[in-house]
Amino acid sequence: MKRKKNGSHVIVFIILALCMVVTLLPFIWMVLTSLKTQSEAVTIPLQILPNKLLFSNYVSVFKKIPFAKMYLNTIISTAVVVSVQVILCSMAAYAFGRIKFPGRNAIFGALLAVLMVPYSFFILPQYLMIQKMGLLNTIPALFIPGLFSAFGTFLMRQFFMALPNDLEDAARIDGCNHFMIFTKIMFPLVKPGVVALAILTLRSAWNDLMWPMIVNTSPEKMTLSAGLSFLQGQYSTDYPIMMAGAVLAVLPLLVLFAVFQKQFIEGIALQGIKG
Amino acid sequence: MKKMSKRKKMDYIAGYTMIFPLVLGLGVFYFYPIFRVFYDSFHEVGAFNKSKWVGLQNYVTMFHDKTMWQALFNTFRYVIVIVPAVIILALLLAVFLNMKIKGKAFFRVVYFIPAITMSAAVAMIWRWMFNGDYGLINYILNLFGIKSIRFLSNPNLAWISICVVTIWSNVGYNMIILLAGIQGISKSYYEAASMDGAGSIRQFFTITLPLITPTLFFVLVTTLIGTFQTFDTIYMMISKTGLAMAASESMVVYFYKNAFEFSKKGYASALAIFLFVIIMIITAVQMKLQKKWVNYE
Repeated sequence: MKRKKNGSHVIVFIILALCMVVTLLPFIWMVLTSLKTQSEAVTIPLQILPNKLLFSNYVSVFKKIPFAKMYLNTIISTAVVVSVQVILCSMAAYAFGRIKFPGRNAIFGALLAVLMVPYSFFILPQYLMIQKMGLLNTIPALFIPGLFSAFGTFLMRQFFMALPNDLEDAARIDGCNHFMIFTKIMFPLVKPGVVALAILTLRSAWNDLMWPMIVNTSPEKMTLSAGLSFLQGQYSTDYPIMMAGAVLAVLPLLVLFAVFQKQFIEGIALQGIKG
Repeated sequence: MKKMSKRKKMDYIAGYTMIFPLVLGLGVFYFYPIFRVFYDSFHEVGAFNKSKWVGLQNYVTMFHDKTMWQALFNTFRYVIVIVPAVIILALLLAVFLNMKIKGKAFFRVVYFIPAITMSAAVAMIWRWMFNGDYGLINYILNLFGIKSIRFLSNPNLAWISICVVTIWSNVGYNMIILLAGIQGISKSYYEAASMDGAGSIRQFFTITLPLITPTLFFVLVTTLIGTFQTFDTIYMMISKTGLAMAASESMVVYFYKNAFEFSKKGYASALAIFLFVIIMIITAVQMKLQKKWVNYE
């Protein structure tokens, strides 16, 4: 009986290990290619390892396209989207979840309707608005629509509704108004929700491709993902340089993930439970 | 009594003030667009955004547009292959990671990596791996005596390559959500089942699967909606001019081309509405069907 169980565990372990190889292989290949010369990358038969580790491709990316600017644009727009979205959504979510006012349910219901609409539906009118505002090829164009999120509000409301009433009652007896209750008492208590929302938003803002690509067409104003598309268009056969660009573009989130593993995984997992 | 109403008034003010910035932003950037898309779909929006009323012309054109039907067919093909593959693989890995396996925390972290990797970069890496001359995958196939394959330029294979990449990207993300669902099941069910002599496969079908259906439903709906809108991988991996593009472009890619490359914004709006209607119908069917298979305790 015991041996049988161990046997099945060994098979499962082998399957998991194989899946790990399939998951990691593209990353390993990306890094290896980024350290090769162009001729090493395109030899037949294939050369797996570079003759010596070459870092000049990483320098070339910054020289051939305005990669440093793209980095900065991505960092700025992601930081703005994450922080503003968390604040606006939490504030509104607190009001929707814990304050009674006329029209509350109707407004919240309308908000939920936005959740059902696919993003491709909004993108064209949003583009036309940004164009009309004269904001094409600017940094604000990258982040403006992302500041507001129906999903974020929905998620945060679940957290605020789960908090007990006694805290609020006690604070009100002490003469606190809703703004004070929100900032001093309630907001600190929904920290798991804030972390989850911040991570989900960070992930989508950093990685988004279509929106930044359509609003900002000048390379100096692009984000990293649009920049990779630009790089591929310009140097479509220079694989080591493209792979160096890819490494640099994915590295920040991977590092953040390495540091905040638990928060990332819990943040994603939470959707299935709260959603 | 008077004090009470004053407090109520303060509540109203606080409530409206706190929702105001969000509601304003959502109104301008998300509600107005819904109406604007409908409006534009009845217009021809040319250069400088001059729009001219054309009635149902965009819709008539759309239903006679062979490229649109091909894109719709491609999209459904993606959904039919990708959604079940992602969910089955994610569920399988989640069940495995819930067992007492050595190094499972490490595996979980590794599987999650694609979920936080920029899709543009993922597409670039895979485009290189699938390369017909110097790609790693062809190298491995050659080792087994199989001739090199043009994965991305062959119209019959390009869409399969897109499926492979999309599945690879999405399994880990959904696995995390399903694993959390499985871990939420009370241990006592399993203990009782073990006492009755039920084996682990039996336990999966009688306990895990039924109790995880709400999470499974969430994963199904979100993966479905996401797959219907596949864009990044196709846009980054398939050459824009080759034959493979027609056989692999999705509705969203076709929408993107019309809106931002051909500058046919009115027509693109009609496409967006058509895709929206399809997604809504499928989501509505899902909602109806869920009563048959989702268990809410």
